[in-house]
Amino acid sequence: MQREKTNIFTGVDGWLVLMFILLVFVGWINIYSASTSEDHFEILDFNSRYGKQLIWIGLSIPIIIIVLFIETRFYERFASIFYIVSILSLIGLFVVGKNINGATSWYALGSFTIQPAEFAKAFTALAVAKLLSDQAFTFKPFKNHIKAFFIIFLPALLITLQPDPGSALVYLSFFFIFYREGLPGYYFVVGFMGILIFLLTLKLGSIGVFPMTILIVVVVFLLLIIYLAVYNSTKLKKYWMQLTGVFIIASLFIFSVQFIFNNIFEQRHRDRFNIVLGKTTDTKEIGYNTDQAIKTITSGGFSGKGFLEGDRTQGDFVPEQDTDYIFSTVGEEWGFIGSVFVIILFSVFIIRIIQVAERQKSTFSRVYGYSIATIFLFHFTINIGMVIGLLPTIGIPLPFFSYGGSSLWGFTLLLFIFIRLDANRSFEW
Amino acid sequence: MKRGAILYGFVILIGIIFILRLFYLQILDNPYQISPIDNASIKRVYDYPERGYIFDRNGKLLVANEQSYDLMIIPREVKPLDTIEFCNLLNIDKAKFLKQFKKAANYSKRLPSVFIRQVSKDDYAYLQEKMHKYKGFYIQKRAIRNYPLKTAANVVGYISEVNEKRIKESNYYQQGELIGFQGVEKTYENYLRGVKGIKRIQKDRFNKEIGSYKNGKFDTLAIPGKDVTLTLDAVLQQYGDQLMNNKRGGIVAIEPTTGEILALVTAPTYDPNLMVGRIRSKNSVRLFGDTINRPMYDRGLQAQYPPGSPFKIITGLIGLQENVIDENTIFTCHHGYKYGRGGFMGCHDHASKVNLNFGIYTSCNAYFANTYRGIIEKYEQPRDGMNIWNKHVESFGLGNFLGYDLPVGSKGLIPDADYYDRWYPAKNWTATYTLSNAIGQGEVITTPIQLANMTAAVANRGYYYTPHIVKDVKGENIDKKFVTKHITTIDKKYFEPIVEGLFDVFEHPNGTAHSSRVEGIEICGKTGTAENYTKINGVRTKLTDHSIFIAFAPKDNPKIAIAVFVENGYWGSRWAGPIATLMIEKYLNGDTSREYLENRILNGSLLEEYDKQINDPEYRAEGKN
Repeated sequence: MQREKTNIFTGVDGWLVLMFILLVFVGWINIYSASTSEDHFEILDFNSRYGKQLIWIGLSIPIIIIVLFIETRFYERFASIFYIVSILSLIGLFVVGKNINGATSWYALGSFTIQPAEFAKAFTALAVAKLLSDQAFTFKPFKNHIKAFFIIFLPALLITLQPDPGSALVYLSFFFIFYREGLPGYYFVVGFMGILIFLLTLKLGSIGVFPMTILIVVVVFLLLIIYLAVYNSTKLKKYWMQLTGVFIIASLFIFSVQFIFNNIFEQRHRDRFNIVLGKTTDTKEIGYNTDQAIKTITSGGFSGKGFLEGDRTQGDFVPEQDTDYIFSTVGEEWGFIGSVFVIILFSVFIIRIIQVAERQKSTFSRVYGYSIATIFLFHFTINIGMVIGLLPTIGIPLPFFSYGGSSLWGFTLLLFIFIRLDANRSFEW
Repeated sequence: MKRGAILYGFVILIGIIFILRLFYLQILDNPYQISPIDNASIKRVYDYPERGYIFDRNGKLLVANEQSYDLMIIPREVKPLDTIEFCNLLNIDKAKFLKQFKKAANYSKRLPSVFIRQVSKDDYAYLQEKMHKYKGFYIQKRAIRNYPLKTAANVVGYISEVNEKRIKESNYYQQGELIGFQGVEKTYENYLRGVKGIKRIQKDRFNKEIGSYKNGKFDTLAIPGKDVTLTLDAVLQQYGDQLMNNKRGGIVAIEPTTGEILALVTAPTYDPNLMVGRIRSKNSVRLFGDTINRPMYDRGLQAQYPPGSPFKIITGLIGLQENVIDENTIFTCHHGYKYGRGGFMGCHDHASKVNLNFGIYTSCNAYFANTYRGIIEKYEQPRDGMNIWNKHVESFGLGNFLGYDLPVGSKGLIPDADYYDRWYPAKNWTATYTLSNAIGQGEVITTPIQLANMTAAVANRGYYYTPHIVKDVKGENIDKKFVTKHITTIDKKYFEPIVEGLFDVFEHPNGTAHSSRVEGIEICGKTGTAENYTKINGVRTKLTDHSIFIAFAPKDNPKIAIAVFVENGYWGSRWAGPIATLMIEKYLNGDTSREYLENRILNGSLLEEYDKQINDPEYRAEGKN
């Protein structure tokens, strides 16, 4: 039996709302700095990027109120419908989508564009929460693995086909909640090993036709066999087939890495990997953005150059600076102090979401909470990691910071549905 | 709960990694740092000084400057414009306009790039009036090179736009600037170019200029390029070009008392004006692409030939120094020299009972084979003899880059004992294995400039100065290494008998260059004929011998030493001898007296011979059946 609260603000987590306001505010300050120019510098100039962002922020208030107004049960009941609608909206892009920068990711109404992938995250999170909160659902039977994977891979696939592989990668973050709710850990071991072997194979190169990593794998495998033969020969007898199988699969994988890299990846993907792996040092063309972003951040020094004083930001040295590379503005104008503040703010924000998720009594709310915590963490890690040159270029926005209405509203929706679910916890028993 | 807690760990770990990375970037020293005066809000304006002129030793202008005008673009500052009118002004079509615009924007939106290179003077005058209408475009004046005498392309070199690699290596050059690429333009680049001046102008964040940065504290004035005077004699150089017309080879003439290079001719050559301005890239492709004539290859400095008979001078000198022979030593020669089991080095027809003087002026192979063998066999081990010989030869500057002030060259080869140990791993080689070295064949290889320098050392009776091409850079001291005497390992007294022999090459009726002697000039010289081979259709084929001549004059107090190589010219006395003596005559007398001979050389061509090597399947080297 549930009882609904009457005031929509009762039970709302003050910390999350406060941090949300802080992130949006600090984000907008930096968008303002990155997008002012000789033509646009009045704060209320709605032809400018920062002016438009102000409109998006304003319009997120009704979204928040609507989200808080809707009853919790509604989210649970209609999770599947929301999910189906968002899938349809992704499919619809192939029919009437607008192509911007090579990807058909937008619906256009006049000059106003909206990117459904930004909203699909929230609805997929609801669908995942719905599935996992089913009383009968456990990760014991293998067919449930397939079910869960299907829910996240379907939108990911549709987004990849736009093509916007960066945004599709975000869906991998759902694996954590699967794990939290009982998915066996070996998926991560296999996934982690796969990525590690992939990167090592590219980094270390090959001797003749043999990739370096195959030699490493052979050595490790032999050592393992010797170790087992000496200390635990019964285990060796029992598992030799599995061991051999793993060895063969690993070897096949390594041999296919070069093929996948050379024949399936596009040149721009190869370039990005090569830069991060230190195999090319081009700073004029392919590595230009990241190189400029790093130099810009570096030039900020300890305390930064001050608001609107960052000459590299004002001089448009970093392409895409108000969207994917917004963090470089923080680095230049606010320095080490400001950058660390933003990183701590994000970390505390995500930790608070996890805390709140952990205190949920209903599985639905908890699963949803964990899902959005990992989604925020994924965006935070990939985006800033890219801007400071630790990760390859993957164009996904920094939540609440990057310019863009769809992205801001998508994240707002994601967060406030959770705040709404959490607000109701004291009324559930 | 346990599984969920991992996520806290992740968040904190990532936060820490990011903070450490930022600490490295923003607090610690790292390669991403940029100097504050390279700040993006500071616009740099360059003031290019005029490049120095190049003169010959008598003050004749070899290289001058001419104004040219580049149309520059800063893509970011371009405002919408009437492209049709603009294209008409420049005589380009819209496609070209878009292509250039895109190229510039790709390079940089805020840095200037060249939009149209070297606009003609007429277009410039017209453009100048209209420029104010086209924001983001401006005209940059630049000097381009001009070569009034059209000679010595290989010596002066050329200038061209600096390449990416050079820009990265130095912190001076910017995209689109010019730099010396060959010859003196390259070696004396830093003097010739001067130093560009830099003005720094502060801009505000709306990109408006608000005055000079820090009151011009960091501004620098342009320092004009320095004029360079060469040691070259332009008249002699041009005369050499004419003599080498339709032949391949090189002439190097040196003033023995100073090491100054008087002429450095390579043939075929090209008019340096072809490597200037808008026609440069087209001509550059053509000249560098001619792999048969190789006009960009400096045969005087880079070509390596066996020196042939002139090398007998060195063999003789070492023989004297090592007391293997004296000037009265007599060897017999019956049309050659027999050695070992069935070894035979042929010689031409002359009387037997040969002394040193006779050996030189008739160029007797047997005499110097005997001498060489004596040198190598003087010591217990042929290894020691060979190394002593090598040391003497190298003291004449052979077998090494000489250290002259031009950017190209070849090392040549003077073998030593280790060299033959590598060839004969059993180390059982003896003097007779290497006997061809005696007469400048075998393993010995030299470049024309090395041979000219060797001649200068003989003319000086035992020393030389490192050959050099620059006589004076205004206001600079000439490099010390060019006024340092290099003394050979041969005592002065041993040179006289050899010089007498070289004099008799001309004076004695049986001398090999008797027909080339010049009335009134005491010339000493030596003919040479060097065997050479090439691969034709994969088969090692003997080509017609190279015609070689070295000479110096006058005999006492010499003023010029010269080496001439004419590829596949056959006897030394056929081409190289007359060319060498004509050059000497021209240099010493200012004019030549042997009209018939001069015309024969000027009009003589070896093109048929070169053509046959490539196109005639029946090709046979001259003198061979």
